[in-house]
Amino acid sequence: MPIVVNGQTIETDEEGYLANRTEWNEDIAKEMARVDNCELSQNHWEVINFLREYYEEYQIAPAVRVLTKAIGKKLGPDKGNSKYLYELFPYGPAKQACKYAGLPKPTGCV
Amino acid sequence: MANFETPALREYPVIPLVQEGTMAHSRPFVAKPDIQASVGFPGELVENWEQKAVVKLGELVSQSRALQVFLDSCVKCGACTDKCHYYLGTSDPKNMPVARQDLLRSVYRRYYTFAGKYFPKLVGARDMTKDVLDEWYTYFHQCSQCRRCSVFCPYGIDTAEISMAARDVMDHVGMGQKYSNEIIGKLHKIGNNLGLPEPALRDTLEGLEEDVKDATGVDVKFPVDMKGAEVLLITPSADFFAEPHIDGLIGYAKVFHAAGISWTLSSYASEAANFSMFIGSHDNLHKVAVRIRQAALDLGVKRIVVGECGHAWRVAYSFWNTLIGPFDFLDQNYPVPQHICEFTYDLIQRGALTLDKTANDDKVVTFHDSCNVARASRMGNMPGGQFVIPREIIKACVNNFYDMPADTIGESTFCCGGGGGLLTDDLVELRVKGALPRMQALQQVVDEHGVNYLAAICAICKSQFTKVLPYYKHPMDMIGSVHGLVSNAIVLNAKQ
Repeated sequence: MPIVVNGQTIETDEEGYLANRTEWNEDIAKEMARVDNCELSQNHWEVINFLREYYEEYQIAPAVRVLTKAIGKKLGPDKGNSKYLYELFPYGPAKQACKYAGLPKPTGCV
Repeated sequence: MANFETPALREYPVIPLVQEGTMAHSRPFVAKPDIQASVGFPGELVENWEQKAVVKLGELVSQSRALQVFLDSCVKCGACTDKCHYYLGTSDPKNMPVARQDLLRSVYRRYYTFAGKYFPKLVGARDMTKDVLDEWYTYFHQCSQCRRCSVFCPYGIDTAEISMAARDVMDHVGMGQKYSNEIIGKLHKIGNNLGLPEPALRDTLEGLEEDVKDATGVDVKFPVDMKGAEVLLITPSADFFAEPHIDGLIGYAKVFHAAGISWTLSSYASEAANFSMFIGSHDNLHKVAVRIRQAALDLGVKRIVVGECGHAWRVAYSFWNTLIGPFDFLDQNYPVPQHICEFTYDLIQRGALTLDKTANDDKVVTFHDSCNVARASRMGNMPGGQFVIPREIIKACVNNFYDMPADTIGESTFCCGGGGGLLTDDLVELRVKGALPRMQALQQVVDEHGVNYLAAICAICKSQFTKVLPYYKHPMDMIGSVHGLVSNAIVLNAKQ
């Protein structure tokens, strides 16, 4: 299921995750979110950017607890919990946010 | 949330009227060639696949007396028909266990029985065709291999074995399931289902050490690759990653700390799960499991303890000894392997843990028996220990505990709806519908006793409930780890 962003066709897998991670840019994230009826706010971007930084260092998305802790530090303790992240990403912070961030979907019993 | 209706809960459970074909559209993504290659199977449907599938089926039957008996002995009594959660939740008659078995049995009869060879129509024997293969792919991915039907079958026919055989045949002709096979491939490469590399594992565990220190003031360690530790803990990688699993991991660490028993995780064998069982692949089963033996030898541990993971405990308890044994290098004074619940229960029995039940007074708890623990293994030294021990741990940690109705727990437990390699987003409709019997039973204790916490000892169950509870109007964080309750109740350094 390819998506078209700024006239360019971008390959994704069956579930809408980027086929080639290096093709990612912010417009792709916005387009993926638009398809899900989601408008990316600054708070969404905080999460997406953290995921990308973490992935760069560790080659995997952070554990949910690592993510909530980091977001809590950045945006205040009232936002450092999975309830807040689920409000931002109702399909699940690990999966939905990873998709917009251009990262592969976490696999396993998660 | 999705394009289907969540089944309605009723005043009491109802066996639905048959509605043919309601789930004929449900099938998971097929594995691409690179994923198939990672687990040693052809990338796409091979030439002469019909013939190769039949040959493979014949091999499997000749290698497994059990499989042959299951295929030969069904008398169509119908005892199983209303026992499958997927039938109860979808009304699709092909989700009746006998009908699911017949998808494969019909092909077996055609090629491997006298009557089927010469009078196929008389005995419901079918040729191996593309339609049959597609039907297999659809409906053998609507079986969570929970084995509830086999409890009620007068012949003990185990649909899980038939479903595993069907998936093995499909893999061998190049039609594998993306979800399970991608995960097994990742484990071969990195050591766990998540693909969590060692630096990320260490970073996550260091974070947990900080969290526990902040919360309790105590230095509880989460060691990795510590040579000479007493215990090697093998736990599902979801325990490092997901909620509420991680609370269970914190619970195990606190128990080890409180007991003063040295332990370690392994970065090489950082996974308890073994999805190879779900696809019936013996080669992959062995390749995944042998990492654990190797890690135990390399680290020089005396005991192996297995964390909260349902099918992993089946593999460990029932298969390890013949698959990757003998374990003569481990301390024979302890069970080999030992379940974390046995470990904690033993300490509670000996008075080695101080538990403050009031720490869980905000909770009214029930326990979900996970199928592979309930029906394919045991704990402790008494029959039914796998039912008693987790409940005794919970009761030692909480003041309010109520069981769900008797015909939905213990060996009659209903699957969470996401086991057996079906815990994937492309099967959400099936997962939500298949959870109906468990949700019906849960609703009863919610209404009667105000239950607000569902405890489990399986990573799949925990993730599945997190996903499906909201469809049934319960909060997603109603599900938790048994050792999450232990983690809340345990008093560290109580004796100082």
